[in-house]
Amino acid sequence: MIKNIYVFGATSKIAEETIKNFAKDGANFYLVGRDTDKLEIVKKDLIARGAGKTEVEACDALDWNKHPMTINNADKAIGQLDLIFIAHGTLPDNEGIRNNQMKVIEEFNINCTSVISLCTVASEYFEQKGKGTIAVISSVAGERGRQSNFIYGAAKGGVSKYLEGLRNRLFEKGIKVITIKPGMVDTPMTKDLKKGLLFANPASVGKQIYKGINIGRDVMFVPGYWKIIMGIIKSIPESIFKKLKL
Amino acid sequence: MENTNYLSFNKYPKVFPKEVLFPIWLTDVDKLELDDSVLCYGKGKSYGDVCLNENRTLIDTTNLNHIIGFDDDTGIIKCEAGITLKEILEFTVPKGWFLPVTPGTKFITLGGAVANDVHGKNHHTAGTFGSHVTEIELLRSDKVTYKCSKKDNKELFAATIGGLGLTGFIKTVEFQLIKIETPFMYVESIKFDNLDAFFDLNEESEKLFPYTVSWVDCSTKGKKMGKGIYMRGRHATKAEVNKSFEMKDGALPFPIEASFINNFTVKAFNKLFYGKQFSKLSTQIVPFEPYFYPLDMIDGWEKAYGKNGFLQHQFVLPYENCRKNMHLIFEEIVNSGMSSFLTVLKSFGKAESPGILSFPKEGITLAIDYRMEGEKTLRLLDRIDKIVAENNGSLYPGKDARMSREHFHQFYPNFEEFLKYKDPNFSSSFYRRIK
Ligand SMILES: Cc1cc2nc3c(=O)[nH]c(=O)nc-3n(C[C@H](O)[C@H](O)[C@H](O)COP(=O)(O)OP(=O)(O)OC[C@H]3O[C@@H](n4cnc5c(N)ncnc54)[C@H](O)[C@@H]3O)c2cc1C
Repeated sequence: MIKNIYVFGATSKIAEETIKNFAKDGANFYLVGRDTDKLEIVKKDLIARGAGKTEVEACDALDWNKHPMTINNADKAIGQLDLIFIAHGTLPDNEGIRNNQMKVIEEFNINCTSVISLCTVASEYFEQKGKGTIAVISSVAGERGRQSNFIYGAAKGGVSKYLEGLRNRLFEKGIKVITIKPGMVDTPMTKDLKKGLLFANPASVGKQIYKGINIGRDVMFVPGYWKIIMGIIKSIPESIFKKLKL
Repeated sequence: MENTNYLSFNKYPKVFPKEVLFPIWLTDVDKLELDDSVLCYGKGKSYGDVCLNENRTLIDTTNLNHIIGFDDDTGIIKCEAGITLKEILEFTVPKGWFLPVTPGTKFITLGGAVANDVHGKNHHTAGTFGSHVTEIELLRSDKVTYKCSKKDNKELFAATIGGLGLTGFIKTVEFQLIKIETPFMYVESIKFDNLDAFFDLNEESEKLFPYTVSWVDCSTKGKKMGKGIYMRGRHATKAEVNKSFEMKDGALPFPIEASFINNFTVKAFNKLFYGKQFSKLSTQIVPFEPYFYPLDMIDGWEKAYGKNGFLQHQFVLPYENCRKNMHLIFEEIVNSGMSSFLTVLKSFGKAESPGILSFPKEGITLAIDYRMEGEKTLRLLDRIDKIVAENNGSLYPGKDARMSREHFHQFYPNFEEFLKYKDPNFSSSFYRRIK
């Protein structure tokens, strides 16, 4: 039973839509994000939906020194954690920043380094407790580098690879590591993209993630058809792929 | 660039905003620039131009979908205005609470429900949605958020309910839910042979049932003009639901098939109407969705009208001389041969609407879809408007794209009063058309 949940990036749409479902089950939450005003909005919503004890804390993803503290604080505030859910991220304008060294580093740090930092702290925490689940929002974009989205893609690819190994390492310790790979979801993060048929509704994506976490799936594509799409994309030989406009 | 994501439900008129703002959090709303001509856009389920702002600014409210508070003892709920009725129902129905009033689709926002002061099948017992609203937080272009209720800022409250989005940005809405025992409906469906039979049946049913509505045929002349199916219902009790699961009920007699817009569907209707499988009276226990939201179950039906879109026309006629006037209007429609299938006849009760510009008033209301065929369609609707105007009726702005300025002012004599509370920086294509 997942009862006590720590969420980093609790104001991301996908995170919100996922944890709404846990709120219905009466879970307790420790919500971390950049902006406390927004976190308070999420907190009220979760409480109305049935959440138990819920606390918020402001922390920037890039402020890695603070990462261990937030998990500590969460444990103190709501009790031993069952799930650490890492959901923050930004979608950079690939073409706009690709020649801007500092911007590229920053985007990589937000979407990859900070996630690995949090996972490191989370594994240490759960190893001590002897059980727990780490669930991380990666992306289908991490499956193959594409000219339109390779900075974000590289960061997410890094996350997915890291989690692969971490899962392998923590398996015998009884700690679950869940990699969530959403496809295109109709959220504020994608508002500037043209919305095609493949865009999924955040509420249904959230529900699928909730189910996947409860079952303890290792890797999940949401919606599921992305597994097939990415399978095809990955199977294209590099000599052809490099000429495609993807 | 033409942003086709922001049209109204019936895709007419085809006018586009210059810019769309996209607040994600309530805290973003206070920072919005409201110094140009702006208008909130919910789910765009209005038929017509109340939700359009040609060449100006729209504010997409749909990310503002949080619940702010809910009291399970009293059934009072407070939400951000961009939440949809669907999201609210998903939350409240399992807890035994239901919307006090709901339109025929659940894909609308709470803000839209207030701004058009929507009505449902229970108007004769419950009035409009606005009658159940206890508080609205309204941001105006002076950057002040006004708490409005029957006690505080009550004029602004009355102007905002049914205010067509023109009084400012509705940030939050608090309203009263109603208690239900089950998510099912007890429904009786009864055939009636013509308009007169409808009037008789309606008089009886209104006294017996909180929810009433009928589907009417608008293509048959003579003695069977206005024949249809009357559906009256109420929320089912636990005992009724348990019993019905043992007996296994069928589906509602919903007369719509895949391509119901063309004549084929009139045939489908007739098949159903005259068919044996549906006796004169049938009673059923059905889930609330097919009863309240039959159209929501047919994805994209509105596209069947083609790229020119369609018009919906909804008027109300007071009871005085209503039978006669309704006959006149039906003759116009039947003779034109232009009505589609989707025709809804229902009565509005005595309850006074809370909004200065609210549409419902006591009488019988008819809502019909027409394929947009240019002048021909517009002329027919003008003829009907004339009859409506001569008989103290009114037209629903939330479903209008073409009524004349003169008629609007005749239908809404309180418009001058309303203008005192309009926000100077909020405007819409509808407003500029009728002001
Ligand atoms: C299939 C179907 C069935 C319907 N059945 C009924 C029915 O039975 N009864 C009925 O009354 N109506 C009915 N309608 C009409 C619909 O309920 C109304 O038009 C409703 O207002 C649409 O809500 P929306 O969120 O889509 O708002 P929109 O259409 O986007 O906007 C409607 C108005 O609300 C304003 N608005 C929206 N949000 C805000 C906000 N936050 N602050 C200020 N103003 C705001 C807009 O400016 C606009 O003036 C039906 C529509 C459809 C498509």
